[in-house]
Amino acid sequence: MSQADFASLKERFAYLTERDSADHLSVNCPAKHLLEFCTSLRDELGYDLLLDVTAIDWDVQTSPRFTGIYHILSTTHHNYIRIASDCLEDAQPSLPSLAGIFPAANWHERETYDMMGIRYEGHPDLKRILMWEDYPYHPLRKEFPLAGIEVPFPAADVAESANAKVLPAPMMGGPFVSPSGGTMREIEPQAKDESWTEKEEQH
Amino acid sequence: MSTESTTLGYNSKVEGEVVVTQADAVINWIRKHSVWPMPMGLACCAIELMAVGASRFDISRFGMEVMRFSPRQADCMIVSGTVTYKMAEVVRRIYEQMAEPKWVVAMGACASTGGMYRSYATLQGVDRIIPVDVYVSGCPPRPEALLDAMIKLQDKIGRESSVKNLTAPKAVAEKPAFAGKEA
Repeated sequence: MSQADFASLKERFAYLTERDSADHLSVNCPAKHLLEFCTSLRDELGYDLLLDVTAIDWDVQTSPRFTGIYHILSTTHHNYIRIASDCLEDAQPSLPSLAGIFPAANWHERETYDMMGIRYEGHPDLKRILMWEDYPYHPLRKEFPLAGIEVPFPAADVAESANAKVLPAPMMGGPFVSPSGGTMREIEPQAKDESWTEKEEQH
Repeated sequence: MSTESTTLGYNSKVEGEVVVTQADAVINWIRKHSVWPMPMGLACCAIELMAVGASRFDISRFGMEVMRFSPRQADCMIVSGTVTYKMAEVVRRIYEQMAEPKWVVAMGACASTGGMYRSYATLQGVDRIIPVDVYVSGCPPRPEALLDAMIKLQDKIGRESSVKNLTAPKAVAEKPAFAGKEA
């Protein structure tokens, strides 16, 4: 198969469904078939380079809440495929780890675990990669405020000698974000005033 | 010859080869002309810091070209870049390992206040964990701005009561977290 299209994939993997995409081929794959599907993609269809592993948090009330996203490139056929896989549980989301078939998935999955809290079952060393190991939250989840939440300083001895704490950042009228879509004037960065955190600052 | 300076009185006809001055003036003069910086390069400000060390801006004009990557051999930490909470622990530890006397320059918006990183991951100013002597504005500051800050630091070193500090050493552990505004 030189040019993978959805019809030929569907013939082979009946559990796939097509997904709206502005650019490349994009499919939904149930989590329980993800490992098997990706192994076939790599070994039989030439998709040999895993480029990105990330996830979407749709919202706190939405179910399924988390969707894992994978981008894989075929270096022989020069085309991409995007795979989306819903996490079944909303409170304790998990997905099978691709680290066994794509070594590149190792750090990507650690990052997604760190930021989103998705557990990758079968990952050889699933620990935080950006935040420090004792950090109690997953900052890219929808309910987490950009300013952060007060937690103890990473090292206890430094916290004591420097009298330091991890405090919510002062928002100073921000964050300044651009709404998606609309005219150029409407998508100018606007202040979403979250300066309620500044009460913490005035001690 | 005699000078207007209050720290140095020298008249070759009277004193000959002897210069009369104050211990503070001598100690501070020695210290401020041989600041050994510890480059704590954490982000893009570190690139400007490197430019300051290179020939175009040439920090060695002020006797500060001996950048040491070991805290034991440095006396001025230049915090150049974004200090994340994860890195803040390291910054504080390295500061504690530096021998007295020691100074800190917060270079750029991030090191001074957290800069544009108003987020859960970023320390909102390095003065929350270590005492800062000079703050430099800019994102990143021009190399001239850092040189200006280093000259200001030299002025500050020149005003210190070094002899008093020698007899009664500052206890590091008792320093409050916001001790940045020492006279």
